[in-house]
Parts: sequence; C-alpha cells; structure tokens
Amino acid sequence: MRKSLVIPEFAVIRDQNLCIQCEVCVRQCAFEAHHFNQADRKVETDNFRCVGCQRCVTMCPTGALRVIRYPNDFRPNENWPAEEIQRIYKQAETGGVLLSSMGTDRKYPNYWDHLLLNASQVTNPSIDPLREPMELRTYLGQKPAKLEIKFPKKMRRFDINKITLKTKIAPQLKLEIPVMFSAMSFGAISFNTIKALAEASRRSGTYWNTGEGGFPASLYEYGPNTIVQVASGRFGVHSQYLEVAAAIEIKIGQGAKPGIGGHLPGEKVNEEISRTRMIPEGTDALSPAPHHDIYSIEDLSQLIYALKEATDYRKPVAVKIAAVHNSAAIASGIVRAGADIVVIDGFRGGTGAAPTRIRDNVGIPIELALAAVDERLRQEGIRHQASLVAAGGFRNSSDVVKAIALGADAVYIATAALVAIGCHLCQKCYTGKCNWGIATQDIHLIKRLNPEIAADRLTNLLNAWSHEIKEMLGGMGIDAIESLRGNRLQLRAINLTDAELKVLGVKPAGESL
Amino acid sequence: MCGITGIFHRGKKLLPAELIVRSLDQMRERGNGLGSGYCGYGIYPEFRDDWAFHIFYTDNNARAGGVDYLKKHFLIKHAEPVPVRPVKTVTNRPIIWRYFLQLKDEVRQEFYDLSEHDIITNCVMEINSTISGAYVVSSGKNMGIFKGVGFPLDIAEFYRLDEYRGYLWIAHNRFPTNTPGWWGGAHPFGLLNFGLVHNGEISSYGINKRYLESFGYSLTLQTDSEAILYLFDLLSRRHQLGLELASRILTAPHYLVIEQSPPRWKKLLTAIRLTYGSALINGPSALIIATADEMIGLTDRIKLRPLVAASDGQMAYLASEESGITAIAKKPKKIYRLDAGIPMIFN
Repeated sequence: MRKSLVIPEFAVIRDQNLCIQCEVCVRQCAFEAHHFNQADRKVETDNFRCVGCQRCVTMCPTGALRVIRYPNDFRPNENWPAEEIQRIYKQAETGGVLLSSMGTDRKYPNYWDHLLLNASQVTNPSIDPLREPMELRTYLGQKPAKLEIKFPKKMRRFDINKITLKTKIAPQLKLEIPVMFSAMSFGAISFNTIKALAEASRRSGTYWNTGEGGFPASLYEYGPNTIVQVASGRFGVHSQYLEVAAAIEIKIGQGAKPGIGGHLPGEKVNEEISRTRMIPEGTDALSPAPHHDIYSIEDLSQLIYALKEATDYRKPVAVKIAAVHNSAAIASGIVRAGADIVVIDGFRGGTGAAPTRIRDNVGIPIELALAAVDERLRQEGIRHQASLVAAGGFRNSSDVVKAIALGADAVYIATAALVAIGCHLCQKCYTGKCNWGIATQDIHLIKRLNPEIAADRLTNLLNAWSHEIKEMLGGMGIDAIESLRGNRLQLRAINLTDAELKVLGVKPAGESL
Repeated sequence: MCGITGIFHRGKKLLPAELIVRSLDQMRERGNGLGSGYCGYGIYPEFRDDWAFHIFYTDNNARAGGVDYLKKHFLIKHAEPVPVRPVKTVTNRPIIWRYFLQLKDEVRQEFYDLSEHDIITNCVMEINSTISGAYVVSSGKNMGIFKGVGFPLDIAEFYRLDEYRGYLWIAHNRFPTNTPGWWGGAHPFGLLNFGLVHNGEISSYGINKRYLESFGYSLTLQTDSEAILYLFDLLSRRHQLGLELASRILTAPHYLVIEQSPPRWKKLLTAIRLTYGSALINGPSALIIATADEMIGLTDRIKLRPLVAASDGQMAYLASEESGITAIAKKPKKIYRLDAGIPMIFN
C-alpha cells in the first residue's frame, strides 16, 4: 500500500510511569489504536487510528493516558487550513465523498449565545419555584381558534354545571417538560440506546422518536411515550407500528443533511434490525432523498390524511423539515396541509452519517428559522392550528428557554441526550465502531451501554433542565410556560446586526419596552 | 404599586363623583402624581344612545386629522372641548375633546360582515395607530374617562368632576414603572363600554400583545394594562364567552387545581388552558373591569396584588385597600378578600 499523506488528528500521550501494561486500552478501542507489543512486552499506540473519543482515557485505571490534538503545524496559511489540505489528501487517495457524523463543527454564529433573558426587579416580584407552582406542562397538537360554549338561557349565578363545552379538542401530546428526544433510528444507534431513551421518556413524561428505523416489538410497552416516524424509505411502517404510537411524524428532511436521504450499510442490518425495518438481513437500507409519493404540498396533505385515517384521527401527525431559506412559507403550507405539529430542524442538528460538505454548508440555524416560521404563522392567523417544535443543536436549558421565548412549543434534543450517556462527539458514528456502545450494532460494543444506567442519566438530565427552566421562568415573574411562548420581549440581543434583530423579532440589549 | 377603586349602585342610582374621588385620594400613598383617572357610567343621559368618544390630541394638526376621520365615519351629533378648570399642578395638557356620534349607514354597509361593535373597535384602533398624536380615551355609550398626569384630587378638580353623577365609577392612582408617565398611559383604559383599571405589571405582555395583534388589535398606549382590556373585549364580546368566563380564562387555574376538579370542570379548564394559553395574564395584577351593567374585581392567580370587596344593599365596592372603601362607606355590611384568580362579580 502506498504511504498516505494524511497526518494523524490526535496524539495519544502515555505516561510510562503510570502505565501498568494492563491492556484495558487495547481492549476498549474498537479502532485498534492500541496494541500490545509481544516482543517488547508493552502497550503501544498508533496515532493514525485514534478518533479522539476519549474512551481509553476514561477507562485507563491509572490515568496514564491523554489524547491531545496532534502537535504538528503545516506551514501557516489563512486560506488553506490544515483540515482542508488533509481532506483533499483523503479524497485524492480514495475518490470518495467525505463522510461525517453528528452536527456541523464549523464556527458559525450561535444565536442562542447572542440572546439574553430578562428578570424581574422590584416592580414585578420574581416567583420562587420552590414555593409556588411552576408549570412546564405543554400540549402539542392542533388547538381551536376559540372555544364554543353553550350557556343556559338564564343563569343568575355562574354555574359550571349549566354550561356546555361544544368545541371538540383535537388529539394532543402531553409533555411534563417541553423537551423531547429527537429521531434517531434503531440501526444508527443501538437497541440499548433506544431502550434507554424510551424508559427516560416514560419516567419524565415526555416522548422519544423512533426515527425511520422501525419500532422493535419488544419495546411496544413504551408506545404511549413514542413518536413513530414515516420517512422516505417507509422502513418498519405497518398498521401496528402506527397503532402503538402516541403520534406519527412524517420526515421530509433533517437539519444535518437537508435535501438528501439516508443509507444504513448492509453490514449493520442484523437479524433484529432486519425484522424491525422489514428488509432482508444484510441488505443496505436506502432512504431516498424525497418521498417517492410526495412531489408537492398536496401530496403531503394526502399522506397526512392517509395516516390520520389509518389511526382514526386519534393521534397528532407531525411533519418534520430541515431549516432552509424558505422555511416560513413551507411551514405555512404544511400547517394548511393538515399537520398538527411542525418540526423545524436547524443545520446544527446531528446525524449518524452525512456527506461532510452537506452537513457543513446546507441549511440555516434553527434560531432564525424558528423566529421566521412563528412570525409567519401568526401573521397568517394559523399559529394555533399546529404546534411548533424546534430541533438542531440544543445544548442546555437556557437554549430551550430562549427557543420557547422565540415561539417554539417544545424542542427536540438528540446530541445532548447522547452526550448524557457517554457520547464524546468524535463524529465517527458512520463507522459503526462507537466505543461508547451508542452508535454501533457490534455485539461486543453494544454491551458497553447499560440501558438502566443510561435511562437514569437521561432522566437526571431532564430533571436538571426542568429545575433550571423553572428558575429562569420564576426570575422573569412567569409561572406557566405558555406565558413565555412567543414572548420575545423577555429576550434582548447582544452583538447582532439590525437585519438579524429584525428576523429574530428581538430588541437590542439596553432598549426597554 | 398603584391604587384602584370602584363603586357601583346596582339599582343604577346616580352617585356624585365626589365619592370615588374621596376613595381614591384615601389611597394617595399608592401613587406618585404621575397619573390619575376616573371612569363614570351614566354620566351622559342626554346622549345615552350615541357613541361618546373622549379624545386626546397632542396638537391642532392631530385634532384636524381626528375630526376628518370622525366626519368620514360618523354623524357628529355634538362636539365640544371637555370642560376643565385651571389647576396649577396640572401641566403639559393635551387638547381634550368629546364627541357624541352615530355610525353612518354607508359605513355599516361597507363593513357588512362586521357588527357595529367591531366597526367601532376598528375605528378606535385606526385613530390610535394612524393619526399621529390622536388617542381615543373612551368610546362607549353614556360613559366617559377623565384621566391625566397628576394626583387624584388635582385631576378631579381639573376635569370638574364635581359636576358629574354616575351609577358606576372606577378610578386609578398611578405609580408608573415600566412605561413613562404620560396622559395616554394613565388609567382607566376604555374600549366600547369596557373600562379597566389595573394595578400591576404583566410578564406575559409580550405574548398577550402578539396574540391580540393576530386578531387585529393594535396596542399603541405603551402599557400592558391596555392588553388586558382588549383581552376582555376579545373573549367576552367577540368570542361570546361572557365576562365571568373571560375572567377565569385570563387567570386560568394551575394544573394542580385542574387535576383535582370534578370531571366537567377539568375538561373545560383543560380546554381553556390549551386554547387560551396566550391570553393568560401572568404577573402581579389586581384589576377592576366595568361595563354598563357589571363591575368585576380580579387578581392574578397567585394574588401578588391586593384587592378588597364590600357590599351594602345595592352598593358594591372594590378597592386596593379596605381604607379606600371605609373612606366612603362607614360600615359596609360585608367585606370580602378576593381569592387568587377568582373573579368577584357585582351585577
């Protein structure tokens, strides 16, 4: 084999005074970066193979290992950073499309970091969530524009028993925290991972999403906390799949790779995935870029109503799109096409595998798309007809609070959830060799993730965020999340242009009411 | 902090304005001289069937614009400056006029899909948002609002309130915090026959405002209290839910309470929370809302502002402090403290 021009990304530093040659690192690294040199009786490392996942560093019993960025400098060139040069070497050597996983790692502005929250002072008491009820409960689904009430002809004193609610409320998802787990398919992630997500959703009163990987029958008990996805590959979609779920999500696009489909390589399609996805074992699972029966909005409407018919109008139907330049108009069409929930996925959202150039260059940030969609739906007077869920790179509870103030009903998290159970964002999900047992189907690797412990960690994360959201709400003098939803006066922007302020609908910091 | 008060003779016997002035002045500590105002019902019996518009103009250009607009839409039965007397402390006054109006038939025909109340509402919104320097202060029938920047006694003196009698009065004494003290920002606020006084600051204003704008309301008075008034109009009049249910929607109970309610209540309250989440008033509030036939007291759902009620025969009272009531009713038969978020209705 010809010598590659690619230089390692990471260097593994081993403190020989601490290393006891126990070979834990050798056994832990699925990328085979470590090996035991029988001749010299010592553990050695091949830096070329290290992906920077930190598994060996974490597991080393004596703390002998450190992973650092490879200490090597190309000749400095502002126009040609080392990364671009390396990528050209890789493509010149393979002739292939560059692949990446997780969300983009490029330095784009993160608007959450340019938004600041309000707090009450003097004239408006802040509310202590430890003393007063603080409500995060959120219902997702179509809401009526107004309530029709039948009053009796004569009612001297107001009497609830004499008035009748005429309006029928459409089916709703009930969330105890406005945070759900976003779509990740069985196949992209391991069985133990989806089991942990399902269990944590049930404990926390929220929902997880199957992605397009189907819904393993052994997890049907989690149906009431499950959103099932109908995507372009239609994998695993059958009547029981729709029946056991709480809601159905039609996936049009994904923030990490707008405009393109998906590909689960055949080597990952084992017996259980084959059964769940309803495809032969060992075959590639290809999700086409568009749905082959959706070429415009009226086709989407037909699919929405086909799914509603199939489930007797008992479940909300969501439509998920990637945040792109014309999201506001598209979202308006989706609402008018009959969707009960619109999901907008921003370009920082993650993925199991995407072409790097797509991941890093297509789509727009969720902050701007969300603000534009919410405003557009309000202008058209149809905001109540669908709930709005924002996704794509939510890192913490204050990002969530800011999204709700911009206009979201709830948010989806996925990267943050995986980080909670051990993901170190090495971006190598597409290799199937996840050392943390998350993005893999390897029978040895999947055992590294204990679903009970992972569910505990996910529950803890939601619980922690719930406390933090309540503290922030109370500080603003608000005791119900719906009073924050779309309440952009609780936000101020720092260091943004007038054009950005206009899209976000937010005043600059320092400007009062 | 602000002071609010209201008195209502349920038999509609006319009461001198002096009563409400005394009640408000008793609570003068609750204001700082940057706003006081009164709203009286039954004060224009000779024009009882005409829309009575009180309008502030910042200058004569604004007045010319306002008059043009009114002439286009209404038959003006009577127009005059609101009579005032000089009070040294009342400065920077706008030009204040009142008009008694009948909607023109051709306007009714042009907006055949709207009720007369909707057309009047739209006219008020249009004047406030498109005629620079013109603000409609009140727009009901047989009622009017008298307000400005000054202490309660000074504003009453300025407007010659001693010359008015009404069966229902509400009043407000302002200590402005979130917006400047200016004539248009003083309370009460009025739209159609609704009059509102509010002690509080609503943290939900940002979304209440956007919600109202989607129904065509324009909020121009730089104060959150205006939003509450329009929410009452939207819910009780346009959505036909009545004042009591509208009140209960604005301060809808916590889910903790809803969960423990009987099934019928639970279903209705859950539907209310789902449908009218953007209309929830969140933040410290005590308010009095009046119409020609009712006076309602309401606090926010964790009662962060005070409100006391009393009744004695046909007379009903609401005030921020008991002292505001006992200043004008020596020993009222019943005195109540309002429950958080539960409206006290006198009709």
